[in-house]
Amino acid sequence: MTSTTRVEREPSVRAVGSSFPRVDAVAKIDGSADYVGDLEFAGMLHGKVLRSDIGHGRIREIDTETAERMPGVVAILTGKDLGDIDPYFGHAIRDRPIVAIDTVRFVGEPVAAVAAETEAQAEAALLAISVEYTDLPIVANLDSALASDAALVHDGPIRPGFAHGLGSLPERDGNVCYRYGFDRGDIDDAASQADIIIEEDYEFPAVYQFSMETHAVIAHHDGGEINMWANCQHPFLVRAEIAALFGFPVDRVRIVVPFLGGGFGSKSYTKMEPIAVALSRKAGRAVRIVNRVDESMVTTRRHNMKCRMRTMATSEGKLLGRKVELWLDTGAYADNGPRVTATAADAAAGPYRWPSVDVQAHCVYTNTGPAGSYRAFGATHLQWIGESQIDEVARQANIDRLEFRRRNLLRPGEEVRPGGRPLDADLIGDVEKAAAAIGWGRERIANRGLGFSVGLLAAGAHPVSTAAVRMDADGGVIVLVGSTEMGQGTRTVMAQIAAEVLVMDPAGVTVHGTDTRFTPYDRSTGASRSTTVAGRAVELAAREVLDSLLETAASFFGGIDPDELEASNGQIWYRDESAGYAELIAERFGFVGGELRGHGEVKPHNGGGSYAEGPVFWEVCIAGAEIEVDRDTGIVRVLQTSSVADVGRAINPQLIERQDEGGALQGIGNALFEEMIHTEDGVLLNDTLLDYRIPTTDDLPEKMTCIIVENEDGPGPFGAKGCGEGVLAALPAAIVNALADAGVPMAELPLTPERVWRQIQKIEQRELERRP
Amino acid sequence: MVRMDTVINGTRFDREVEPNVLLFDFLRDELGLTGTNRSCDVQVCGSCTVLVDGLPVSSCTFLAYEADGSVVETIEGIRDSDFYKRAESAFVSHAAVQCGFCTPGFVMTLKSIVEDGGGADEAQLRRSLSGNLCRCTGYRSILDAAAEIVGEQ
Repeated sequence: MTSTTRVEREPSVRAVGSSFPRVDAVAKIDGSADYVGDLEFAGMLHGKVLRSDIGHGRIREIDTETAERMPGVVAILTGKDLGDIDPYFGHAIRDRPIVAIDTVRFVGEPVAAVAAETEAQAEAALLAISVEYTDLPIVANLDSALASDAALVHDGPIRPGFAHGLGSLPERDGNVCYRYGFDRGDIDDAASQADIIIEEDYEFPAVYQFSMETHAVIAHHDGGEINMWANCQHPFLVRAEIAALFGFPVDRVRIVVPFLGGGFGSKSYTKMEPIAVALSRKAGRAVRIVNRVDESMVTTRRHNMKCRMRTMATSEGKLLGRKVELWLDTGAYADNGPRVTATAADAAAGPYRWPSVDVQAHCVYTNTGPAGSYRAFGATHLQWIGESQIDEVARQANIDRLEFRRRNLLRPGEEVRPGGRPLDADLIGDVEKAAAAIGWGRERIANRGLGFSVGLLAAGAHPVSTAAVRMDADGGVIVLVGSTEMGQGTRTVMAQIAAEVLVMDPAGVTVHGTDTRFTPYDRSTGASRSTTVAGRAVELAAREVLDSLLETAASFFGGIDPDELEASNGQIWYRDESAGYAELIAERFGFVGGELRGHGEVKPHNGGGSYAEGPVFWEVCIAGAEIEVDRDTGIVRVLQTSSVADVGRAINPQLIERQDEGGALQGIGNALFEEMIHTEDGVLLNDTLLDYRIPTTDDLPEKMTCIIVENEDGPGPFGAKGCGEGVLAALPAAIVNALADAGVPMAELPLTPERVWRQIQKIEQRELERRP
Repeated sequence: MVRMDTVINGTRFDREVEPNVLLFDFLRDELGLTGTNRSCDVQVCGSCTVLVDGLPVSSCTFLAYEADGSVVETIEGIRDSDFYKRAESAFVSHAAVQCGFCTPGFVMTLKSIVEDGGGADEAQLRRSLSGNLCRCTGYRSILDAAAEIVGEQ
């Protein structure tokens, strides 16, 4: 083949940095996008789960006889069916049975499951199952679980899970299932030198992630293989856990992940998959389980927390030390509690230079629904506490709060935690932008307050991702990457990264959901890691394809040096001649067909060890807020917000802004009104959207500013680093600080009108008493 | 069983249904119209919004037989309309879709607003769309898309 194409050479269009439209937008707008609950298979059964209605007890008897004879019922699963396997799962602590075995530990714990021809038949059968319990003492909150004579939620030793990533786990201590702490410097010395000591007890509520789509899974255990269609964020970790539970090699377990109707951490790690597989195993047919909202609310939630923090400084505002103790309520099973605990502890000190610091964090079992990951976990728990104390130090030292940050924030390259990645972001530049956006320094307006906050979130999880890029004979590209599309836009971003490397239009790149049988391994979708880690694997894979194109083109143009070639807009150019990618593939294979294939892998020692230091990167958590408080009702309104997306390099600026807007609204919900309320008996009182409120259009601030900062200082492709979580840590803190600026400091979230009003009364009472 | 003689997306269905069957389940299970999504089950979130005689209803709390004698539209039934094309283009250009689970519900509510005469300002749009919840976008982009859609009357 000798023909070459002579065309006027157009300037290269770059894919990265443009707000390329989402590749999945149309399917999602016209309703054709498939979620797990939309999928059906011939012979598929419907599963429903019978859940405990007591908080803690021994199961005396489960009578399924009547239910088994009901119309349509094919199988009923109880703990008795699991005698041939080790039925406990949990990636951090292996403490959770597939269905309750002998003991129930929270209201809502699966006790049995029914597979029937229709969902209605399965639901009807649940009512015919009778369970007899012997009540055990219930510890449904931190105070009762930590009491010296507390009943134990678990009485056995800790069994480490397969993927906790936390070194060696400490022994259980009462109901404390995990502890993490560190100290440096002399905290007592700090106390003796301090002129300013801010010390307070704080409370943070349990909240629900509330992805619009509940947990859903279709499982088919056919004896030889396990196939699943599941809305999981971490399909490869779930695959490993299912394989271990049911005694299968990993290659006999397959998970297909369609679109997720939101995740936010609620679909991370293993959730409803084991019970669906076990039910299918018993039924011998595929089973679909789709949770209702009240079921998903007892499947996972965010940890509620108690915290005591003390910050010490000199009268000139020099920071001397910080002491933090915190207790996170992880519910009846650990789920991701240990990691949340460690991340919370890491976020507790805040990004300042501390001569001394002492942080002790505890993860506590209670008889409530298990708590796991939710966007910006740990950082959201701690940033509002730490930053409100920093504001108070600045106030007492009579230093402008922004100026205080300028003097004390860490600078790039400084140590954040011993032995970890040094600071990789310009926090001072970032916070100045966030503060300016909300009108910092302007004159005070009655009943209004301004606030901002600064923090860091250890991001990236483990830097292990692989990806493949295939270029078909027509020059079209398929990216195989295990990142889960849950709304954040990862498929679009991956298409842009591959297109950037291959210097082609992203519209020619297709990215599908994960099928573990074909998609290369990716550790997980969470911790803002997809663009940074999986994106790097895609970049490397695309580079291999480009290398193949260049190699073929070098011979095509007569055995020239590949360095003289340049890719541009789907063509390889040699001086003023070009050949299209399809043409080159035909040249390479000498026939119709063939494909080019590239593989990319990221592991800790890649790129001279740039991924080896923990964390992969520090996600910047910076936001500003202006609020207005009605002193007669306690109602707080967020008037405007600002957030900083310090992303290194913006692959798709519009998607970044959308992530920050969505995170901001979740932050407003978390700060102002979201709260799961449990009774002393462990009953979740507000388990529907009628009484668990999430933000609506009514809660949208008048103005939201998202500032994108591009310093190309990330370890990801083209200098990128992740985003989308920081604002959820930073905005509640900014709101709390803004409310304190308006004269109402708060130590308990959410900032409901009643709480705020009571605090206003207390402050006014105190002022009255102070008057002579 | 009760009779349900209903036009759904332009096709007449004359059926006998159990009186407790929800319109939502009828649409999804009987007709395979899975663009209507289930979330809260209590008429709060709007993910299951369909139009019954042009008005938005939560199909999760609307009995199928109650649609007897009515015209029902779902997202699948409006894809070829001019309204839908405008809506799609506005949602795409504002990136007003993330996970997409709530999106068809928003589009259906917007259709009723447009058919009601449109021309809503931001405050009216906020009110009209407050029965559709979205956990991903933070609403700003949806309201911007909505303003474009209702403004193009």
